[in-house]
Amino acid sequence: MNFLGGIAVQKEKTKMPLQDPKQRANNFNEVALGYSKEDAINEAKRCLQCSNPACKDGCPVRVDIPKFIDLIAKGDFAAAAKKVKEKNSLPAICGRVCPQEEQCEAECIVGNKNQPVAIGRLERFVADYIREQEEVKEAIQDKGQVAVVGAGPAGLTAAADLAKLGYQVTLFEAFHKAGGVLTYGIPEFRLPKDIVQDEVEKIEQLGVEINYNQVIGKIKSLDALFAEGYQAVFVSTGAGLPRFLGIEGENLNGVYSANEFLTRVNLMKAYQFPKYKTPVYTGKKVAVVGAGNVAMDAARTALRLGAEESVIVYRRSREEMPARAEEIEHAQEEGVKFNLLNNPTKILGNDDGFVTGMECIKMELGEFDQSGRRRPIPIEGSEWSLDVDQVIMAIGQSPNPILINDTPEIETTDRGTIKVDEKTGMTTKEGVFAGGDIVTGAATVIQAMGAGKKVAQTIDQYITEQNN
Amino acid sequence: MYQILEKEELAPKIKKFEVEAPQIAAKAEPGHFLIVRVDEFAERIPLTIADYDREQGSITIIIQEVGFSSRQICDLEAGDSFLDVVGPLGKPIETADYERVLCVAGGLGAAPLYPKVKSLANEGVELITILGAQNEEILILEEELEELSNELYITTDDGSKGRKGFVTDQLGEILAEDDQFDLVIAIGPMIMMKFVSELTKEYDIDIMVSLNSLMVDGTGMCGGCRVTVGGETKFSCVDGPAFDGHLVDFDEQLQRSKIYQEKEEKVKEHEFFGGDCRAKREN
Repeated sequence: MNFLGGIAVQKEKTKMPLQDPKQRANNFNEVALGYSKEDAINEAKRCLQCSNPACKDGCPVRVDIPKFIDLIAKGDFAAAAKKVKEKNSLPAICGRVCPQEEQCEAECIVGNKNQPVAIGRLERFVADYIREQEEVKEAIQDKGQVAVVGAGPAGLTAAADLAKLGYQVTLFEAFHKAGGVLTYGIPEFRLPKDIVQDEVEKIEQLGVEINYNQVIGKIKSLDALFAEGYQAVFVSTGAGLPRFLGIEGENLNGVYSANEFLTRVNLMKAYQFPKYKTPVYTGKKVAVVGAGNVAMDAARTALRLGAEESVIVYRRSREEMPARAEEIEHAQEEGVKFNLLNNPTKILGNDDGFVTGMECIKMELGEFDQSGRRRPIPIEGSEWSLDVDQVIMAIGQSPNPILINDTPEIETTDRGTIKVDEKTGMTTKEGVFAGGDIVTGAATVIQAMGAGKKVAQTIDQYITEQNN
Repeated sequence: MYQILEKEELAPKIKKFEVEAPQIAAKAEPGHFLIVRVDEFAERIPLTIADYDREQGSITIIIQEVGFSSRQICDLEAGDSFLDVVGPLGKPIETADYERVLCVAGGLGAAPLYPKVKSLANEGVELITILGAQNEEILILEEELEELSNELYITTDDGSKGRKGFVTDQLGEILAEDDQFDLVIAIGPMIMMKFVSELTKEYDIDIMVSLNSLMVDGTGMCGGCRVTVGGETKFSCVDGPAFDGHLVDFDEQLQRSKIYQEKEEKVKEHEFFGGDCRAKREN
């Protein structure tokens, strides 16, 4: 304890109860168990209630953080949840997967000397608290019709906000379930699918209609949507085209994109095979190439599927790893190994076409590059081979091309992302807006939600102007 | 949605389904495929569209029982519905203004080939078709192809109908006499498409094949359907499923099609002999 203005201050965040690492490495249940009421009140009391709160500015959807924390401190959890929901339609999800350490918590004044207030954990607490008891009322929808393409974080947020603004919204989703990366990508043990489905149902209760199994650009074009009476379209189709390294052996059996591996396990529930019929190839020694959150998810999933060894292979050093510190820690606790400063050069296979190893080359860090990180340089002649029978590529993804290819009027950048007007989010096609990973390239859930929120407002302005 | 309007047994273990899907029928072209799912526990299965009727708002699929999932589909009856049908996916088989085209169908490959044969016939293209199967019993779409083709050749492995031997034997004989074709389209087992491609190369005739790669989503997201075409990795779902047969690495595709063989055995064990059997679950 130290004293600040005469009040005792707890230096560290109230601890998050976790499932034991040894136990959890063998199951798909959620790792972080969530605060109790006492934990939440205790943590909420660490907030200084600054007169000029910086945490709000760190939040892409501008949740009134001090206010909702104050309500928790007073024990009024329902009111706290309501306060969060004013700005954030998916708090149970954000409380779990937002990188708070780079956003709200990075700005927290308490964090100057001690650990910042655990804003994410508190957000999760109130969202879980209200989950079962909340009733959502359908808004009056008389302002017009909007189509949203892609039911991931950006699309769900835009749909919810537009419905609340008084629009009749139809959400078109390619898969048989909504949620996008929340459903197919992030594993059950980090984000239970019941929670995602619950948030989706609440958005449906607002009056949003979800059309599943519809790939816009294939089953119908954007022009067809306008012909059906939609006055604007929001495109949030995400970054769904996995990248590979382009090295020899990448098409061997046992090499997966992280997307495929995680989709088989999460969306298709291959971890319950053979009750669920979608198989997933499970190696004894698994290498995951890359060091972002997706790589951590894949490495931890491999362990849970029974891998004896799960290794992250990354060409830079620990400092440059893009995953959240918490995810790296959790992975390490569970037994994931790290083979840093190594880059794969070739995947080795047997005569039947299955993976038997991966050749890597050692790397060293050179000068700083444009990304502000030190450039990894191969050390000549340092090739060695890693004994693995499965390789998962988690090195990022490119924008999905289906809708773009079907709509030549939509201009794209060199990276294949959709060009939008920065102020309005409108694409080069009149009435078509875009946001989320399809505009930014692969980014975070909350950034996509922020874009969905912002564009919902500009779509409202656009339609209002059109009607006048 | 996705109700089965009609079911027909084309051969033992080969069933044809007409499925209500007006939006898909409106946009379907020869070469497009679908992803279907029977129930909550089922895999997403890619199936090429075997026909479509825009007026009736229906699509046709033809499926052969080979493992658990295909058997589950074959067990469906008229009046039943698929849980999910996604499509039309992939690129249509594109052809230029051709005068003479030679089509080669092996086994169930006749199903995806049929709509293309139909559209070429409508355009007035001269068509020579070779239809092959293991035996007479499992030859499908013979009458339909006969009607649309200027000439139809039948081959069976056991000689129970037509010429005894493989489609490549017949193809070799035809090409030896007359190789003036604008294009060969071959759809069937991977090994057949490989040998047909090699043969057409000798005669320097263009060839188009259609791959039935394993995949999950069918929209470019998983990359499970990777195929090496002309030394470059392509995704069968968004770049194909039709490719230039002279450029496809068939050996790699043959190996890739075997990745889940062991798992298939596990499903059979679980469903037919295991504790949590299908009958139990349904009750």
